[in-house]
Amino acid sequence: MKVLVAMSGGVDSSVAAALLRDAGHQVVGVTMRLWGGESDTGCCSVSDVDDARRVAQQLDIDHLVFNFTDDFHRSVVDPYVNDHARGITPNPCIECNRHLKFDRLLERADVLGFDAVATGHHARIVEVDGTLRVARGADAAKDQSYVVHMLGAEALSRTLFPVGHLHKSEVRAVAAELGLRTATKPDSQDVCFITTKGADGASGRSSFLRQRIPLNVARVVDETGTELGSVDAVEMVTLGQRRGVAGGGGNKRFVVDVDVAGRVVTVGPESSLLVEREIADAVTWSGAPRDGECLVQCSAHGDTRPARLIVDADGSVEVRWSSPQRRVSPGQSVVFYDLDDRWVIGGATVRPTPTRRVPAATGTPTTS
Amino acid sequence: MSERSDVVYMDHAATTPMRPEAVAVMTRMLTDEYANPSGSHRLARRARKVLDESRDVVANAIGCDPGEVVFTGCGTESDNTAIAGAIASSGGTAVCPAAEHHAVLHCIEHVDGRVVAVGPDGSVDLADLERVLAETSDVAVVSVMAVNNETGAVTDLAAVARVVRRRAPRAVLHTDAVQAACWLDLREVWRHVDALALSAHKFGGPKGVGVLAVRNGVRLSPLLLGGGQERDRRSGTHNVAGIAAAAEALRVTDETRVDEARRIASLNATLRERIGALDGVRFTLPADRAVPGVLNVCFSGVENESLLFLLDEAGVCASAASACASGAMDPSHVLAAMGVPTDWARGSLRLSLGHTTTIDDVERAADAVVAAVDRIRRRTRAAS
Repeated sequence: MKVLVAMSGGVDSSVAAALLRDAGHQVVGVTMRLWGGESDTGCCSVSDVDDARRVAQQLDIDHLVFNFTDDFHRSVVDPYVNDHARGITPNPCIECNRHLKFDRLLERADVLGFDAVATGHHARIVEVDGTLRVARGADAAKDQSYVVHMLGAEALSRTLFPVGHLHKSEVRAVAAELGLRTATKPDSQDVCFITTKGADGASGRSSFLRQRIPLNVARVVDETGTELGSVDAVEMVTLGQRRGVAGGGGNKRFVVDVDVAGRVVTVGPESSLLVEREIADAVTWSGAPRDGECLVQCSAHGDTRPARLIVDADGSVEVRWSSPQRRVSPGQSVVFYDLDDRWVIGGATVRPTPTRRVPAATGTPTTS
Repeated sequence: MSERSDVVYMDHAATTPMRPEAVAVMTRMLTDEYANPSGSHRLARRARKVLDESRDVVANAIGCDPGEVVFTGCGTESDNTAIAGAIASSGGTAVCPAAEHHAVLHCIEHVDGRVVAVGPDGSVDLADLERVLAETSDVAVVSVMAVNNETGAVTDLAAVARVVRRRAPRAVLHTDAVQAACWLDLREVWRHVDALALSAHKFGGPKGVGVLAVRNGVRLSPLLLGGGQERDRRSGTHNVAGIAAAAEALRVTDETRVDEARRIASLNATLRERIGALDGVRFTLPADRAVPGVLNVCFSGVENESLLFLLDEAGVCASAASACASGAMDPSHVLAAMGVPTDWARGSLRLSLGHTTTIDDVERAADAVVAAVDRIRRRTRAAS
């Protein structure tokens, strides 16, 4: 087979390329240049491209660089910034996988005559009931099925995850055995287009957003409306957050509501975060939409929680928890797995809910 | 079959293969004339003689005094020396058109210079140049390329010089003539300017050798300080073998230029005709506005990264715009400055021809371009 391997410059995609080559495929490596700005982590710095190219040279496969910066800006960075302005916490890695790695790249690969695209994701592809589905990787601690959950059967028929059946330690062992320069390279963390520290010494995320949208001071109140302090940037506050808000709340005080327009952050006990259900849209299904019991994962490395799915007429889905659960931040992905937690049934993005109205000074909180 | 004959090399504007005469000279120099020409012993004197003779050859091709020739490390260094050197020497503002090579453009931006518009044909907008010069009282240097590296556009330097001399009589007029050496008589270029940059690997010499001709009396502060080589204008031990090979390549280029330009123009016409038979084609410039060695063309509904990949697979080496540090293709600032719509510019391709190009190369390149464009359009339509 002729396979285009997306090589980020990390160890997983390096080994993915090596395994495909050794299996006798005709392999070409490609590094997607996604972000033109400053970056110190992630997958598009020049030194990461260097690593990918050097590994490709070592494997004696061709290596290309595709410039997808415009698409990345349009499909990932702009929505990321706009979501923050609306008080939504997006997951840019999922949007990048959705729009870049497995849309743009699959399309490009087809134009160029490749049979498949491969990546170094820790996930597997299985056939269940006649449909190709994303399944969890062999290494539970590194499983990335959550971030590639949106792949449908057609895309999966042209996708390979060559390291999905390996544990991370096995991946590193293969890399070390081959003498690949990426064998001991640390895993990438965080958002690839945001530096860990901004130029002004503030957090990278805050200085990144501050250059693009106004960040607004907000009052921090408790659920009775008593003012506890303030935060510098309401756009940076995430539901469920504990640190950095509300003086004196300690570990027992969580952000239970973020009202960006009203510039109010409400904190309260964990119990105030508990909900019976979430509504999510932008739903993707692996196979046909289905109501019923499943396990739901709400963050990249979070635990799963049992729930019942109810598909609404408008295509959105109601996730009805078996027992009350902490609210999921709007913009985050919820991914549905089968009851044995092996493979993906579908996934969706949690819809923003109307913010509560908190009284200006004191009074009883109401929910609108 | 050798690797080389498998490949159709259509990227001469990036680097043209070394001329065999230059390779012979360079090999001999590397073997025999290894001494440092700044020394005083017999071997040093021999190296010095090679250097002096090389300077004479280069001066003859440019039509300048040998004392006006400064050997540098590359074309970029020559451009930087002319621009930053003029600013460092006299202060003031630097000016260039928007379609310059980055060796000039980024240097001008670095010294907070002024950038002048270019017209749809890629040539500097003389009215805008006049306006910018009129409203900038302290212009120290104006840099206008003789031939554009992406489009092959030829600048009317006589017209540029008239504007500059009238509006900024004290300014140094520099030209990046890196892409001109194979196609224009450099003596005609030099007549109009105070400084002129060349790069040896664009005319059949080695990489790592640049030339900066600086008219007597023009003061440019050196970028490199040290042993005072090149009359204090460029310190650093001379790359004797490279310089000798560059001189030999320039001599052969100059001697064969008229016939070569005619031969390549005919090949270029064939290429245009073959590619022009496709639908959705836009030649960036008409043939009489560009040097014969460069054919820049845009295809609708085509992404040039895909096109270059398929051409490469077919053994055709070509390029589009300029590669960034990571190796990815950046959108062309030259086509943008000319007002070429983004949708067209995305599908731009530069085929560049040179002294090794044959009619067989041109036919194979045309076949490959037609097949690749066709495939991309078919597959893209199928997916959408």
